[in-house]
Amino acid sequence: MSALQSVSDGLTITAASRAGATAQARKPRVPPQFSAGDLVRVRIAFPPGHVRTPHYCRGKTGVVERLCGAFANPEELAYNRDGLPAQPLYRVRFTALELWGDAAARDVIEVEVYQHWLEPVDAGERVS
Amino acid sequence: MRSNHDMGGLAAGKIVPREHTYEPWEKRVDALMMLLSHKDRQLLKVDELRRNIETLGPDAYDRMSYYERWMHAICQTLIQRGVITLDELGRKMEAVKARGALPEEGKC
Repeated sequence: MSALQSVSDGLTITAASRAGATAQARKPRVPPQFSAGDLVRVRIAFPPGHVRTPHYCRGKTGVVERLCGAFANPEELAYNRDGLPAQPLYRVRFTALELWGDAAARDVIEVEVYQHWLEPVDAGERVS
Repeated sequence: MRSNHDMGGLAAGKIVPREHTYEPWEKRVDALMMLLSHKDRQLLKVDELRRNIETLGPDAYDRMSYYERWMHAICQTLIQRGVITLDELGRKMEAVKARGALPEEGKC
């Protein structure tokens, strides 16, 4: 790798625009669809590129613990797009039993998941 | 299908924590990443870096070291963005190779 790492030495890099900093406050965002305590299920999907929804929680049901805010969609940022409108991000609490099946019943795992990966679940629909 | 890098929840075996030092080239790769992603330049987003790491084939992903993956992803991103050309990269790689092996520490 010593050869590869030196590759950038002689290459010309032009400065990018500084746009964005002042527009921060006005960035469009998707309105939050869920609130703390809501039951949600993570969608099962396998888009290419960069996905921050861990494989192990796809298709699993959890409870919204909190809304963390809205952030540019990393899946779009990964292709150098602006990722807007910003997606609400939730901390979702899963029981270890739901994720791993044979885990101790009292353990929980919290995963931060973007809203476009979540769908509502009726309480009566919940399996575990 | 699960992506190769997305290994949360898989059996990991025994984990032995230990300290390790970084090679000079690894520190340079880290510096390169910081400089390229700096807000004054914005030539690379961390998400682009991740995409180019996560789309590595399973064999390459498992074979490459942490900073080798970074270097691969930095190269890919700069090519994809048109910051560098493939011709520039190819020529520079050959030029660096022609310098020969680096002298051992303390011998130069």
